[in-house]
Amino acid sequence: MRRYIDFYLATMRISILEQIQYSVANYFYMIGMITEPVIYLVVWTTIARQQGGTTGGYTVGAFAAYYIIWTLVRNMNIVFTPFGWEWRIREGQLSMMLMRPIHPIHSDVAFFAGWKFVVILLWLPLAAILSWIFKPTFDIRWMEVIVFSLAIWGAYLIRTMLLSLLGMITFWTTRVSAIFELYFGFELILSGRLVPMTLMPVWIQNLSNYLPFKWTFFFPIEALVGNLTDVQLWSGFGMQLLWIATGIFLLNIIWNFAIKQYSAVGG
Amino acid sequence: MNPIKLALTYLRIGVLNEMQYRINFFIQLLQSFISVATGLIGLSLVFGQVETLAGWSRPELLAVMGVHLLMGGVIRSIIQPNMERLMDDVRNGTLDFALTKPADAQILVSVREFRFWQLVDVIVGIVVISIAFIQLNGTLGILQFFGFLSALIMGGIMLYSVWLMVTSISFWVIRVQEISNLFEGLYAAGRWPVGIYPSWLRTGLTFLVPVAFAVTIPAEALTNRLTGTSLLIALGMTLLFVVLSRGLWRLGLSNYSGASS
Repeated sequence: MRRYIDFYLATMRISILEQIQYSVANYFYMIGMITEPVIYLVVWTTIARQQGGTTGGYTVGAFAAYYIIWTLVRNMNIVFTPFGWEWRIREGQLSMMLMRPIHPIHSDVAFFAGWKFVVILLWLPLAAILSWIFKPTFDIRWMEVIVFSLAIWGAYLIRTMLLSLLGMITFWTTRVSAIFELYFGFELILSGRLVPMTLMPVWIQNLSNYLPFKWTFFFPIEALVGNLTDVQLWSGFGMQLLWIATGIFLLNIIWNFAIKQYSAVGG
Repeated sequence: MNPIKLALTYLRIGVLNEMQYRINFFIQLLQSFISVATGLIGLSLVFGQVETLAGWSRPELLAVMGVHLLMGGVIRSIIQPNMERLMDDVRNGTLDFALTKPADAQILVSVREFRFWQLVDVIVGIVVISIAFIQLNGTLGILQFFGFLSALIMGGIMLYSVWLMVTSISFWVIRVQEISNLFEGLYAAGRWPVGIYPSWLRTGLTFLVPVAFAVTIPAEALTNRLTGTSLLIALGMTLLFVVLSRGLWRLGLSNYSGASS
């Protein structure tokens, strides 16, 4: 256990130092990502205004709050991509990682976790500017803040598990980009990234209850900007833990099969 | 060397290259299908709530989506691959190989890559536009058609010029990959008519990243909103962007210090 903690701390420190050096590049990246929620926000506030101020229970200010918190949750959702796994496996880069006495997934989790601290820091001024422009309405209780600050890390871990599982398909075939795109399409609809889940048709909402996606997007945002009760907040966090555990379980099983397929091309 | 002949030669090489990977056609088709499907879901969510969005009806927004898809295909098949290769070449010092060739360097770096299968998006875009047009019960007059076509071509040239300007920054700054991400993000805004955006953003989408000219104005031509004035402004802007990008490219090039390897 001790060596894992040491490894995590060291890797996170390296990644923080590395990413601070590239803070301008990080900023460009984050600003590029902000256009997506701004587009959704503009479309939905236009609709809310046309309907006299509210749509599906969301006021103009509530939409603003949703999509501004969206930007932080989206950043927390950035993990080692399946395209990265494809590159790792196709180019044989994985061979090097397999030599180390620790599972390769740990270095991904630790590196991106360290990066998140830089991202959260850089996000604060962006959030301030967005709030100044779009005037969100917040009604926040301290319990919501606690669950939110846990839930963004829960979202990070769930998405790490999901995208690593997805990336591991590359062990069997290298024609994976279409599969990845299909996955991202489903995720867009079922996670609350496109619109708050409550605006979706009921059958999609029902479907999303049985899938991990909404716990990475809709739940963390709703935890802070919605009006969930304490029980709903903590049971939501419990669902996140359940999906993390499921993810780790599946990852272990599939990894054992997958690694036998690996033929270490190049590298 | 004749620039058109040069471009066609590279085009042919690009096509031959891509023909080796025919299955990519189906992969590309699936990807286009996914982006159309998510676009349609977005539209149906919007029109589940309202009849028109900022004065645009459902089939009219479908036309916007079609033009956005079509132009996106043009960007991804020609503009983006060439510009990304240029960024890599500047960073690695391999631009020398292009500069020493006896042709205009700007033309050369703009035609070297061609992703043939990405043109599937162009075709799917045309199909979406046609469906929108049928739903609109529109008739396409000859004047309207040429208005649409010229708006598209000018939009394409403007997008290319902006990409070239952004890429030219790589002569001074090393990590420009993030800038190209930024551009992609901003282009996504064209999925909706720029009129819905707040004025500061609309200005940016018109004059900094000409999404307005590339997507909204061609869509306006299809939906009978286009005036001769906006077409003239588009022409003026196209010329301005071409001159500016040429200037910045030459300035950057004079700053290029050559091979590092």
